[in-house]
Amino acid sequence: MNAEQANNQSTEQKKKKVDSPFKRSAKDFYKKLKKNKSALIGGYLIIALIIIAIVGPFFTVYDPVHDTDYMVKLQGPSAEHWFGTDHHGRDVFTRVIHGLGITLGIGFFATILGGIVGVLVGIISGYYGGRVDSIIMRLMDVLLAFPGILLALALISILGASLQNVVIAVSIFAIPTFARIVRGSTLATKNLEYIDAMRALGASDARIIFKHIFPNILSPIIVQASLFVATAILSASGLSFLGLGAQPPSPELGAILSNGRDFMWDAGHIALFPGLGIMIILLAFNVFGDGLRDALDPKMKK
Amino acid sequence: MSEEIILDIKDLRTSFFTEDVEVKAVDGVSFKLPKGKTIGIVGESGSGKSITALSILRLLEHPGKIVGGEINFKDKDLTKASDREIRDIRGNEISMIFQEPMTSLNPVYTVGQQIRETLKVHQGLGKEQGTKKGVELLELVGIPSPKKRITQYPHELSGGMRQRVMIAMALACNPELLIADEPTTALDVTIQAQILEIINDLQDRFDMSVIMITHDMGVVAETCDYVAVMYGGKVVEYADVKTIFKEPKHPYTVGLLNSIPRHDVDVDELEPIRGNVPSPNDMPKGCRFAPRCPFATDLCYEELPSLDKVSDDNQVRCWIYSERWDGDPEVKVNGPERTS
Amino acid sequence: MFQFIVRRLLQLIPVLLGVTILVFSLMHLSPGNPAHIIAGESAPKDTVEQIEERLGLNDPILVQYGNFLKDVVTLDFGNSWRTSLPVSEELWPKFWVTFELSVYSTIFSIFLGLIAGIISAVRQYSVADVSIMLVALFGLSMPNFWLGLMLMQWFSINLGWLPATGWGSAEQIVLPVITLGTMGAAVIARMTRSSMLDVVTQDYIRTARAKGLSERLVIYKHALKNALIPVVTVVGLQFGSLLAGAVLTESVFAINGMGKLIVDRILARDFPTVQAAVLVIAVIFVLVNLLVDISYKFLNKRIDLD
Repeated sequence: MNAEQANNQSTEQKKKKVDSPFKRSAKDFYKKLKKNKSALIGGYLIIALIIIAIVGPFFTVYDPVHDTDYMVKLQGPSAEHWFGTDHHGRDVFTRVIHGLGITLGIGFFATILGGIVGVLVGIISGYYGGRVDSIIMRLMDVLLAFPGILLALALISILGASLQNVVIAVSIFAIPTFARIVRGSTLATKNLEYIDAMRALGASDARIIFKHIFPNILSPIIVQASLFVATAILSASGLSFLGLGAQPPSPELGAILSNGRDFMWDAGHIALFPGLGIMIILLAFNVFGDGLRDALDPKMKK
Repeated sequence: MSEEIILDIKDLRTSFFTEDVEVKAVDGVSFKLPKGKTIGIVGESGSGKSITALSILRLLEHPGKIVGGEINFKDKDLTKASDREIRDIRGNEISMIFQEPMTSLNPVYTVGQQIRETLKVHQGLGKEQGTKKGVELLELVGIPSPKKRITQYPHELSGGMRQRVMIAMALACNPELLIADEPTTALDVTIQAQILEIINDLQDRFDMSVIMITHDMGVVAETCDYVAVMYGGKVVEYADVKTIFKEPKHPYTVGLLNSIPRHDVDVDELEPIRGNVPSPNDMPKGCRFAPRCPFATDLCYEELPSLDKVSDDNQVRCWIYSERWDGDPEVKVNGPERTS
Repeated sequence: MFQFIVRRLLQLIPVLLGVTILVFSLMHLSPGNPAHIIAGESAPKDTVEQIEERLGLNDPILVQYGNFLKDVVTLDFGNSWRTSLPVSEELWPKFWVTFELSVYSTIFSIFLGLIAGIISAVRQYSVADVSIMLVALFGLSMPNFWLGLMLMQWFSINLGWLPATGWGSAEQIVLPVITLGTMGAAVIARMTRSSMLDVVTQDYIRTARAKGLSERLVIYKHALKNALIPVVTVVGLQFGSLLAGAVLTESVFAINGMGKLIVDRILARDFPTVQAAVLVIAVIFVLVNLLVDISYKFLNKRIDLD
């Protein structure tokens, strides 16, 4: 019996007896998640926000961009306009509901984009080690030398101010944080005995990485992702606030806020509500991420 | 026994409360300690011996709590003492040293600062006097160049040195009672002997009483006058040290003795006690040792024996020595090789 | 220790080189000819060529980078493309404003965060603890630009107690510092709490109690000093992100600092100024991290248990 046969046979046996590592870790994940109250609360809050962002726009009476009405501009909250109106007389409630989706979308998209690259880079770095590892990690160090939104600012200065460019800038800023964590977990997993055994049985690198290492490092990736969504949204809305991201008349929450500050003296509500929206999103992801970290990584707890 | 009794523990009960469940870690422990003598509390980890020690100074961590019994130290019941009173006793009249010298000293303060602190709290000594006394104490516990050591941080000292510092600190106020919780377990064998020697020596010099918590019968033989063997939160045998080694009665005591190497017995006769200590929240109904006992009968599994006097010097908690024993009447618990 | 510092300093060199390469390429990756940005789109050809010559834009890229590096080391960042003034002349006064803002905010967050964290830890699960941790969670989730606007709305516009804009006077400092320092305070409070809770289970705390010390001495002398060690790291990292977060705060309160400068000049495509400002912040961030690393190592030497 050659190595390949043995390999095939062993995977076939595994399929019969136990779930695939992916399914197993997903089940395990769900079980742990259920036990942690704050992860649950955060999770429900996120789901609620996503539902509002998707369904909400169908129920709003006004159009977020085109329903201008200068007769009612800069009015405070009323039965007609729950969150008041802006300087074009547009309904702020409508704009915030529509903006929720844009802001969440930016957060998810930037995290997924940057996360995928970061995870790949981290796995390659951790799995192959040696010179590849040190070059990649030095590169990551360089990216990490720019604190907070500074890197995004620097990138925006090249790419120009727009929503897409903010997403790109923020996802580049995600790469090193994911890469570092994934590299560490990969290093820890790589040397486990059964990985050695797989290699001895002739499994290819790709197979080992995706079938065996990846499920094992999934937990830290998920934790990092949920916390990074908050960072991404904070940075993206901050850039929009500075006028470097979503441009008017986009109802992106940071952009509404940016617009609202021009009317602080007359109509503070324009800035109030989008900011509250951002805060609730960040709160949900922070609570969720904290809870996940506690649930998935008992070492970090206490 | 006509000596002055310094510590008299009666029916001590300490429990841990977790999620509505009471876990009885110490379940009715009693013993007496005469002045200037040493009692060994022996047992495997989980037997409740360390909890007993911590209970005496009321150092239990939440959710541990003393739920009953008396701890009479001289004329005072420590279970009823106020926080203030117990603080005045800690480190002053009763001192304690712990198992892990590596982690028991505060890493961010020098040896001197930590010794002076005790002296300041209990005797009001200032920095200068404290340092002088500290150097004396370090000298007393055999630390070379104490003047240099007193300015060092714990990480600059070896494990043995740190345990000496702990002893020096414990002795700072000439306590009447020293509780040593596995003081040598974490140390190398050669260092172990030195530390025990220091404790013995200082005990004689200051007429101090000692409670020696250990799992090691070798340590008991070297230091103790009396022994209380604990199992599952209860004392299963209580005797003076000679009797314990000469005529151990409880099968568990015998097991403990058989599991230490002796130079006069063939090595292949060393036998470990099979099985594990029962977890305190899942105690057997009858005798706690029954599941691991080679002589256990139905009676042992059903009913908990009481701690009875079987000879002038010995109390045992075992059905074998009672009139109700339903097993082999000729059973010999201590093997023939235990004659010394 | 000395070896450790030297090694860390050496490790810094590739990172700083990488940073300069990245910042250098900002200008070269951006679309558009710099000469056109300076002289305007409709400038005559010979003017453009003259400017290109002056900026050395026709030199090989490596030569250009070499010159850039030389300029950086001598802190000469060239002239602004907008104002034609030397960049360093414009930069330093604004740098000090941002630096002040960051330092004050750091002090504010340490002060508030430590007190809140200690109270929380000492009274674990009490009403005070739960409220503090809840407030900290909100503090962590509040975008500082929004917090700034709300503070301004309330204290400047509604109550008229504090000025809404500017930097310098004591009154002007209050709102920006709270705005910028709140998130750090929340982070420090959470860190202090968890670190304290971790420390109080250590063996040496039991030793301190066994010595007969009062609970106050046990907590404030024995536990706190150890608990602060991991907090040092957090404080250091916070200072770095404050420098960057200052961009938003400065924008809210119209403070003429480096953050506002960066944003204004990004919009004006004044690359030398943006390059210089970004570079300065990155270098400070890297140096602060180094300092934190060294101090952590130093403090940790004592608690290196095995």
